[in-house]
Amino acid sequence: MTDLATKPSAGTSIGWAFSDIKTVTWRNLIRTVRVPEAMFFSTLQPIMFVLLFRYVFSSIPVPGGSYVNYLMPGIFVQTLCFGAVSTSIGLAEDLQSGLLERFRALPMSRAAVLGGRTSADVVRNVFVIILMTGVGLLVGFRPQSNPLDYLLACLIILLFSYSLMWGFAIIGLKAPNAETAQLMSFPILFPLTFASSAFVNPATMPSWLRGFAENQPVSQAVDAARSLMVGGVYHNASAPWVSLAWSIGLLIVFVPLAVRSYRNA
Amino acid sequence: MSSEIAVTASDLRVTFRKGEVKALDGFDLEVPTGQVIGLLGPNGAGKTTAVRVLSTILRPDTGSAQVLGHDVVKEAGRVRRLIGLAGQYATVDEQLTGMENLTMVGKLCHLKRSSVAPRAVELLEQFGLSDAGGRPVKTYSGGMRRRLDLAAALVARPPILFLDEPTTGLDPQSRLGLWDVIEALVKGGTTVLLTTQYLEEADRLAQSIVVIDKGHVIAKGTPAELKAELGATVLELTLASEEAAQQTAALLATLSTKTPHIDGVTVGLTVDEGPKIAAEALRRMDADGIDMLGLALHEPSLDDVFLALTGRKAEVDTEALVEGTTRKGRKAKEAS
Ligand SMILES: Nc1ncnc2c1ncn2[C@@H]1O[C@H](COP(=O)(O)OP(=O)(O)OP(=O)(O)O)[C@@H](O)[C@H]1O
Ligand SMILES: [Mg+2]
Repeated sequence: MTDLATKPSAGTSIGWAFSDIKTVTWRNLIRTVRVPEAMFFSTLQPIMFVLLFRYVFSSIPVPGGSYVNYLMPGIFVQTLCFGAVSTSIGLAEDLQSGLLERFRALPMSRAAVLGGRTSADVVRNVFVIILMTGVGLLVGFRPQSNPLDYLLACLIILLFSYSLMWGFAIIGLKAPNAETAQLMSFPILFPLTFASSAFVNPATMPSWLRGFAENQPVSQAVDAARSLMVGGVYHNASAPWVSLAWSIGLLIVFVPLAVRSYRNA
Repeated sequence: MSSEIAVTASDLRVTFRKGEVKALDGFDLEVPTGQVIGLLGPNGAGKTTAVRVLSTILRPDTGSAQVLGHDVVKEAGRVRRLIGLAGQYATVDEQLTGMENLTMVGKLCHLKRSSVAPRAVELLEQFGLSDAGGRPVKTYSGGMRRRLDLAAALVARPPILFLDEPTTGLDPQSRLGLWDVIEALVKGGTTVLLTTQYLEEADRLAQSIVVIDKGHVIAKGTPAELKAELGATVLELTLASEEAAQQTAALLATLSTKTPHIDGVTVGLTVDEGPKIAAEALRRMDADGIDMLGLALHEPSLDDVFLALTGRKAEVDTEALVEGTTRKGRKAKEAS
């Protein structure tokens, strides 16, 4: 092999950024697949949530009457939100293992570590949505809208979870280790997902909680998904737009902060 | 070998914990192209910090450094294309296989797509990891990990190589193998900055040695020059009794500019021209009828040099070692 063969090939920096993000995404996905136990249990968890809520809370009165139809869009959003924790854990692990040290001394794009982490987590979320749709259909979930609206709903909640990942990236880069990163994430996620319209109608909550539960971003994403997936009594023309606005707003805030945390990490 | 300078650092200062710890305190360095420079120092001297600044990982508080004329802060991207780094702690992905680790680095170094895999295969072979290449790194021994880490630093055939304690944790055979690899690279024109705590390693590999302590350079020169600074050769005589030792010391005092050192039945004498003086010593002792049990002439080791320069022995300081193994302590302001 000649020296020329290992000379870097030419390319634009945008082109390289995409190629580097792809490489890091690939690496993160391989890591996921290499730990089958983690894969198994992280798949089991959303299935368990569907089954538990579907049957334990089936008698909760909800608008529209069918709890499973009310629940499924909520479970989707809740699961994707919890999936964002893996962004913070993954980054904390890379920091702890010293791998980021190596990455910093390589001529790779600066966007690659954060871009590759979040992209891998989006891929995983797509898989989770497909899986949960299947499980939902098995336990009586009957989306009433057309497939295009269903797809649109999926995209809206994927984008919302993507915006959260950037927030959790900051936690991962600031936390002293992976376990702490995970612990730091829960106090944010539990109130956001449970004090929301995901599992119960906020109208039934105490009034002090209700204002928060109806207007916070998780509820907006849930309402958008419900409107687009099930429609009917859940039809809500503004929710998809409000959710979209939340996601974009969160990205505008979180992306620069995450990039800064990465530089200082 | 040209006399061009490949790596320079001038007056680098790096502090941690809000100025409490001065990791680098006016650090200067010049590495001539095509040479191996050994950075030698005890635990906590600032070796790793210096390497991290030079490899663009850490931004210095003040001072500047260039690699082949490119500033490590302002032109970090350019510098990263010129350097290979093997850090003090192996930084390879545990879940990926050896092969996958090397192809990942190859892609991230933007090698030509078609040469990524062949280069990885070549390096695995060079480092004796061909058989293990398909196994996840978490199944590797410490030494294998270390070798993979070094292989990863070489993927893009960088003209400048930073190796932070490259042979720590290797068995003697792997260490020798690694020395051969480094020597071959240098023959091929690579410039190497190597940190080490093994004085023998610096002695064997480096054309010139920079001794650092408390964040700045306290001595530099070729291994021979550093030893010469100590006063050439040590003549050591072993006598039959302490009394004879005293007698010998008095007899030979005029042979050295320094007072003879008596330790029990042995007499140590630092001299300039070892063999000649030894002959003269024998002649005098013979004339006085003093019997001798042993005679040795030895060059001062770098350990002696170190002791003379810092007043401390260059031994492993366990407290610093423990601190050094918790990587997470090291996340103060770093450049990206
Ligand atoms: N990130 C950090 N935060 C706080 N202190 C640090 C950090 N990095 C290094 N130090 C301190 O700076 C000093 C120099 O450390 P450095 O790691 O450069 O030493 P070294 O010469 O490489 O030592 P060793 O031989 O143990 O590897 C030490 O006192 C160390 O504790
Ligand atoms: Mg060190």
